[in-house]
Amino acid sequence: MTTEQDKILAEVTKGEYKYGFYTDIEIDALPKGLNEDVIREISRRKGEPEFMLEFRLKAYRHWLTMEAPKWPHLKLPEIDFQDIIYYAAPKSKPKLNSLDEVDPELKATFDKLGIPLEEQKQLAGVAVDAVMDSVSVKTTFKETLAEKGIIFCSISEAIREHPDLIKQYLGSVVPPNDNYFAALNSAVFSDGSFVFIPKGVRCPVELSTYFRINARDTGQFERTLIVAEDDSYVSYLEGCTAPMRDENQLHAAIVEIIALERAEVKYSTVQNWYPGDKNGKGGIYNFVTKRGLCKGDYSKISWTQVETGSAITWKYPSCVLMGDHSSGEFYSVALTNNYQQADTGTKMIHLGKNTKSLVVSKGISAGRSQNSYRGLVKVSKKAENARNFSQCDSLLLGDKCGAHTFPYLEINNNTAKIEHEATTSKIGEDQIFYCNQRGIDTETAVGLIVNGYVKEVINQLPMEFAVEAQKLLEISLEGSVG
Amino acid sequence: MDNAIKNIIGRDISLSTLFEENRQTIEDSSSKVLNNLREQALEAFLKLGIPSNKVENYKYTNLQPYFSGDFSFSLNAPDFTGRMEDIFSCDVETLDSFTIFIVNGWYYSNNGSALLPEGVRVGSLAALAKEDPSFVEKYYGKNAPWLSDGLVALNTMFARDGFYIHIPKGVVVEKPIQVVNILLSEEPLMTNQRNLIVLEENSEARVLVCDHTLSSDRFVVNNVTEGFVAPNARLDYYNLQNQHNATTQVAGLYVDQKENSYVKTNNLTLHTGVGRNNIVLKLLGKHAEGHAYGLYLLDKNQHVDNFSFIDHAVPECFSDELFKGVLDDHATAAFTGKIMVRPDAQKTNAYQTNNNLLLTRDAKINSRPQLEIYADDVKCSHGATVGQLDEEAMFYLRSRGINKDEATILLMYAFAYEVIEKIKMDPLREQIRSLVEKRFRGELDKCHSCVVCGQKGTGNTSCL
Repeated sequence: MTTEQDKILAEVTKGEYKYGFYTDIEIDALPKGLNEDVIREISRRKGEPEFMLEFRLKAYRHWLTMEAPKWPHLKLPEIDFQDIIYYAAPKSKPKLNSLDEVDPELKATFDKLGIPLEEQKQLAGVAVDAVMDSVSVKTTFKETLAEKGIIFCSISEAIREHPDLIKQYLGSVVPPNDNYFAALNSAVFSDGSFVFIPKGVRCPVELSTYFRINARDTGQFERTLIVAEDDSYVSYLEGCTAPMRDENQLHAAIVEIIALERAEVKYSTVQNWYPGDKNGKGGIYNFVTKRGLCKGDYSKISWTQVETGSAITWKYPSCVLMGDHSSGEFYSVALTNNYQQADTGTKMIHLGKNTKSLVVSKGISAGRSQNSYRGLVKVSKKAENARNFSQCDSLLLGDKCGAHTFPYLEINNNTAKIEHEATTSKIGEDQIFYCNQRGIDTETAVGLIVNGYVKEVINQLPMEFAVEAQKLLEISLEGSVG
Repeated sequence: MDNAIKNIIGRDISLSTLFEENRQTIEDSSSKVLNNLREQALEAFLKLGIPSNKVENYKYTNLQPYFSGDFSFSLNAPDFTGRMEDIFSCDVETLDSFTIFIVNGWYYSNNGSALLPEGVRVGSLAALAKEDPSFVEKYYGKNAPWLSDGLVALNTMFARDGFYIHIPKGVVVEKPIQVVNILLSEEPLMTNQRNLIVLEENSEARVLVCDHTLSSDRFVVNNVTEGFVAPNARLDYYNLQNQHNATTQVAGLYVDQKENSYVKTNNLTLHTGVGRNNIVLKLLGKHAEGHAYGLYLLDKNQHVDNFSFIDHAVPECFSDELFKGVLDDHATAAFTGKIMVRPDAQKTNAYQTNNNLLLTRDAKINSRPQLEIYADDVKCSHGATVGQLDEEAMFYLRSRGINKDEATILLMYAFAYEVIEKIKMDPLREQIRSLVEKRFRGELDKCHSCVVCGQKGTGNTSCL
């Protein structure tokens, strides 16, 4: 039984990364390296107002005083920040008036990715903002959204056209000096998405961004800002891919969400950056700071993530529950295979009264990967009647991988009810036997069991994403049954 | 022996300087086996220092302020005339045990070794290091992390005495061995007591360590206990802490377990100032079983930090942890449970639970139940909860005419009992049960165990 499983496991882990193509598009890039001039140049090229340049420079100066974090359970190689291109834009016409004007190569790229950039947009009902090598290429569905007063555009455009909103909210949840990678991002971020949902508006479609790193030696530093005013609702999706390369590429993003009174924001991620090859060569370093602020009473922020890619993932989507009765949710599936490393989890900071949070984390490790859950639940002294339930399970597929759990509970209020549960196990031989007995072969059985194991999280994803996520899990797991 | 208690007053200089200034005196009065490690320990301490809360393992307890300021060290065993029994009566009164007394970290006396089976040795580590240095050398510094933990390094620098327990092959000690640690000083005092417990194959022993303070001065206690449990041996280790609020105690217990061995530790904190318990069980042989339990009942400004590390180094071992705490007033507590399953430690079963009751707005708990797993065929789980007394249970009791205070005590007692029932020694369990109940009723103060000031009555302000 075991050898059989090992064989299938080995086959599954051999699954190739199918998004590993490279698009040959002319790139307009700055030379490698980082200094104040590079930052000024980025800001100039993007035609930013003065306050943004100040914001960037301040972040950069602070970053110089900081050190890369050592606490994650990761083997983190030294990163040479001078060996990275901080700005790479596809060379195309500065303004696109219709989809026909999109560079055909670029369009082919997105077609390969299966992004419904054109006609499909109607069918899928998804408004897409595609970011390639740091620059937002095309935003669809804009007019439809504009009718409702929703702003969905690239962040560069927002900086130019809605400076007041940017001034008010940018950096208000993740301050530029928050952590090492956040400071770096604040200094050099090139593009990303901006979403603004006005009072009382329920966004009729799901908003979506696709991120792709294409050019060699580039780092991608995107920045997403979502503001949901009173009584509004939005569901936002994010997907990421990158070509296969031998060297590691850096991705350091920031996502900020602000939910005002009774607003609800649902943020879903399917992260599938190139994870490196079977021997752990290449792959993306994914260092992301994601944080949502439930500012208003009764507001709600929900994070759902399916993490299958990246050589190293360092990511803790968090909720600051400031408004009374606000709630935060975190659903996560993190799958690591081969030599991938993930240190991911969430922080739930309870500040307001009667706040609730829910954490469901499912880790799956295979091959020689290391998968850690790291989470903080903090109840401040004034947060009366806070309620938290956390469940983080780990599934081990193979005897060379590791699954770790590092929860932190800091409780300063006696009315809090906090529960944390974690289990670690492998797929039971009895479960496989049960399936085999009914004519299901071992590989399918493992797929079934894993899918059942993550169902709780996948169910949170919007339909199209759920299908994609399920497929992704299968591909990532191919050959890793054991 | 010199009758005077010679003290080194801290003068607020660093502990390493203090050590270097008095090194000659310390080494002259000690033995070669203990002196051998001092130089390296000093180097390690210079590098590590007293851990601040920047050190991940000490994140929730900053010990640095407690280890600074003026305090004395006793260079020799304190000198009392008279019997220990005259100034001290044990909390566990009716326990029929072999008892040894340790005063300020120095072995003092026992109640008659005729009570022990043949071959069993219990006594002073300093004496043993002189009489049987090869035995001490075999174990001393072999499993406590004196090169990587600043506090263990500090202990190794200053260590001169403590107790040792040696149970030879196949001997089962029926009676519990009780160690009474007494702190009694007229000025602030630091102790670095070093203990050794060795159980050979197929032996069995139950050890009860009671920590007491008999004077009101500030105490800083930095204990290290190294345990070696051979195949098929069984050690039950209970630590009952009942000290006054000006005490800072770091108690490190480091145990190596061989195949089929069984170790149970139970840390019962009834009263203390700032406490830190390091419980490290290394499961080094197949089918070894490690159980770590703890109960902390805190009020006022007390703080206890229980840190446990269960290391599953080989396959087919079992571990179980349960720590429960009741926090009243401004009390704070921390719990860290680390379970490590090393590569290839297949068929490991490891369980861990930490439950906390917060009774007031100002009580505070930080809990970190952690798993680090490198093998796939394992069953591991951990859980942590923080909450209040169950309202329905309270209503049930109230509706049957039990008043609120009584109902609260009943429920707290029921909560704590889960840990108490793990004590397998009947008389001890019974005693601890009643102590805990007294503690909840507020009837237990630290004077309870002190005959001297107990006679003076409750008006004695020297009893904190």
